[in-house]
Amino acid sequence: MSIFSSKNFKLLSSPLNLQNPITVQILGICSALAVTVKLKPAIVMGLSVMVVTAISNLVISAMRNYIPPRIRIIVQLVVVATMVILVDQLLRAFVYDVSKQLSVYVGLIITNCIIMGRLEAFAMGNKPWPSFVDGIGNGLGYAMILIVIGFIRELFGSGAVLGYNVVPKSFYDFGYINNGMMIMPTMALILVGVIIWIQRSFNKELIEKD
Amino acid sequence: MQDIVNIFIRAIFIDNMIFALFLGMCSYLAVSKTVKTSLGLGIAVVFVQVITVPVNYLLLKYVMKPGALEWLGESFKDVDLSFLSFMVFIATIAAMTQLVEMLIEKFTPALYNSLGIFLPLIAVNCAILGGSLFMEQREYKNIGEVLSWGLGSGIGWALAIVSLAAIREKLKYNKIPAPLRGIGITFIVTGLMGLAFMSFMGIKI
Repeated sequence: MSIFSSKNFKLLSSPLNLQNPITVQILGICSALAVTVKLKPAIVMGLSVMVVTAISNLVISAMRNYIPPRIRIIVQLVVVATMVILVDQLLRAFVYDVSKQLSVYVGLIITNCIIMGRLEAFAMGNKPWPSFVDGIGNGLGYAMILIVIGFIRELFGSGAVLGYNVVPKSFYDFGYINNGMMIMPTMALILVGVIIWIQRSFNKELIEKD
Repeated sequence: MQDIVNIFIRAIFIDNMIFALFLGMCSYLAVSKTVKTSLGLGIAVVFVQVITVPVNYLLLKYVMKPGALEWLGESFKDVDLSFLSFMVFIATIAAMTQLVEMLIEKFTPALYNSLGIFLPLIAVNCAILGGSLFMEQREYKNIGEVLSWGLGSGIGWALAIVSLAAIREKLKYNKIPAPLRGIGITFIVTGLMGLAFMSFMGIKI
């Protein structure tokens, strides 16, 4: 089997759209709401989740035949917690300001259901390399949605992108005000709803039957 | 006594796990299709929460806090294990979840089948870990307060999921645009419920 066979490529591409972790599998919502007020933490969070998902998928998949089914959750959590502690230390070392903004949510990656969901649903039954690719794909799908929500919330909530003001001052003079609703976590929920609406309008097969 | 009641009421309505703290959304959104299933998951969460929060509190108080190991002898007086709290909390939670999973599998197989992957996922339900972390952060004074926080936050979560399930059962009879059907409208309904619950935030007890 070649490293990027069509099957593996599908593992990478399907989470971006038809199997998206947030909008289709409905996993990992809490952090998507909490870290998307600004774009930069959303990007860092997306990358961290991608790394943790990919590597813990790889490790668990390599060990899958040696884990007794009864205690698999504890084994999985230990692997994930170790990865998260590593990522947390790396973030503190290299992007300290973002690490402070993310605060507890880096720690809460441990309880991000995308990771456990993929471990349970994929890594426990597949070879290491496909599991790694699956982890990268799902992390990318997650990061993509986070970046879209972060972009919209920062643009309309604070009139900026990545911290730079993009709404011209003349707009404010003319009476434009930032939408304070966008800062609140509830708006992130409604935005995810709208993204799902748009995505399913283009992909009819995702529409749920009654 | 009054403190205990206050904490209980606050945990249910003002600091509601879903609408104020936004924790435990994944299973909240995915399992809330029928009232019966969501009631089952709600009870499981209350159960796990009531056990893990006090257990973690005791571990924190007698093992991990700076100087907590004094009861072992003079030489342990300076030991500070609080950096381990994350790992210990998660281990307690995972063990308790496995226990609840075995109990449900044995006594109510129908509920076990309908909960599916979300039962093991209680272990990574942010509401459970969040409950223990908030317990640590807010420094509750005694086991009674901790118990009422655990019970209240669990009930608040269960209340939220059951009310969402009730709304979704009614929504089935409405004409919703096809792409929004199912999970899409659920997100928007939750957003609106969250806006409504924000009115509790200003209340001081």
